[in-house]
Amino acid sequence: MKEKTKYIVISIISFVLFLVIWDLVSKSGLISAKKLPAPSKLFETFIYKIFNKNPDGNTLGIHILTSLKEALIGFFFGIVIGVPLGISMAWFKKFDKFFSPLFDLIKPIPPVGWVPIMITFFGIGIMSKVSVIFIASFIPAVINSYSGIKQTRDVHKWVAQTFGASDRQVLFTVAIPSAGPMIFTGARVALNGSWVSLVAAELIASTKGLGYMIQTARLVGRIDVVFVGVLVIGVFGAIMMEALSLLERRFVKGGRRS
Amino acid sequence: MVSTKQIVKEETIIKLENISKTFLVEDGEARVIDKIDMEIRENEFLVLFGAGQCGKTTLLKMLAGLENKTEGKILLGGKEMKGFDPGIGMVYQTTALFPWLSVMGNVEFGPKARGVSKKERQKQAQYYIDLVGLKGFEKHFPSMLSGGMCQRVGIARAYCNDPKIILMDEPFGHLDAQTRYMMEEEVEKIWDREKRTIVFVTNNIEEALYLADRIIILTECPAKVLKEYTIDLPRPRDLVSPEFLSLREEISSLVDLREGADNE
Repeated sequence: MKEKTKYIVISIISFVLFLVIWDLVSKSGLISAKKLPAPSKLFETFIYKIFNKNPDGNTLGIHILTSLKEALIGFFFGIVIGVPLGISMAWFKKFDKFFSPLFDLIKPIPPVGWVPIMITFFGIGIMSKVSVIFIASFIPAVINSYSGIKQTRDVHKWVAQTFGASDRQVLFTVAIPSAGPMIFTGARVALNGSWVSLVAAELIASTKGLGYMIQTARLVGRIDVVFVGVLVIGVFGAIMMEALSLLERRFVKGGRRS
Repeated sequence: MVSTKQIVKEETIIKLENISKTFLVEDGEARVIDKIDMEIRENEFLVLFGAGQCGKTTLLKMLAGLENKTEGKILLGGKEMKGFDPGIGMVYQTTALFPWLSVMGNVEFGPKARGVSKKERQKQAQYYIDLVGLKGFEKHFPSMLSGGMCQRVGIARAYCNDPKIILMDEPFGHLDAQTRYMMEEEVEKIWDREKRTIVFVTNNIEEALYLADRIIILTECPAKVLKEYTIDLPRPRDLVSPEFLSLREEISSLVDLREGADNE
């Protein structure tokens, strides 16, 4: 335990040191405060943005909620459709042959590349973002659950088979649990990807959301708001990742080692 | 071979008739098992001994229903075997435990797959966990256990499905010498308490002599029955008794000679 507290202290020192240096650089005029506002100024702006709609028409809370909603809906459907599809493709050969050519075609397209198409289809409302995020999380979800199932060790399947497990039982009691860590890796990549492409999509076309907030703030020269937006994006990304890790610890037992 | 078919009265439980196995390889075919005839008797401890890497595991996998045979027949209780049989359990070479299941989860896997009620199967599993000396480790995951403990779980798992025959494929090959001796004693004790037929594959002559009622010596690629020994030394076996040592000498030289002949 003592080791652990030591590591926590080191992490806190790193964070505080970062803020102090930032503050010094900003206040000394090394970099103009117009480009790099001091942390104290950003804190003020942060409080201000919570209650105030300037300069982009919505409070910070609305932007955060909008972005989270879009990201989580897209992510949710990406996982809920992507994981079962990946598992089925890995387990049923015909399924694999049917979906692989289509999937291989879609796979290399960067999710942001879909933004113009989705805007054409759905306008600049929530659907265009959700569908881009859906693609961004769907692809890693399929790839990782597919290889997770493919990597099931033969000997584990043999054990189940010699115990008389049916094909279906082998899939549900052996292949899927053994792919668990890989599936969660996929979810992590998917979550990261959806957050990244969300901000990118909002930069291009939207009326609210964190990406929209920073884009508008930059256009009107409010660099402090841009910084607040970027930091909030980082913090919420980290929180969602942490939530996913908690879920993984809950569902994947026995460690990642086999 | 005929000379050894003597006083043993136990019934034959498995009969291998003219078993051969050929794998297709890049440049044609590779025969790994060549016309093996063998009888496995009820409740005996049969050791398949051979120096090489070839054939023994394949033979066990055939018995487990995990491998097709190219030629021949396997009769289980007089009927020809097709695929898996719940009467046959297997302990594997490397840890084949499910890392995502606890010790209890691993041991109760067999009965669970058959749909035995939770209470019933956990009672059964607990009995075998206790038997292999892992009481108190029920909730541990395999990643928290040593190699020897993992193989104990593997043995408990095989027993828990209540098979008539348990196949063990070099189960202690990856353990250090000390743990290995301990596990050999353990397996003998368990076999003594819970009579089952055990077919044990090894390439360690001491292990073979320590455990076996009968040793069948197989040649290297392709595997053929070279010779059969009935070991009637009293148990637990004394590893330094003159009888033990002379048998060990005899079998070692037999295998060495064979290897020498193959190399010419």
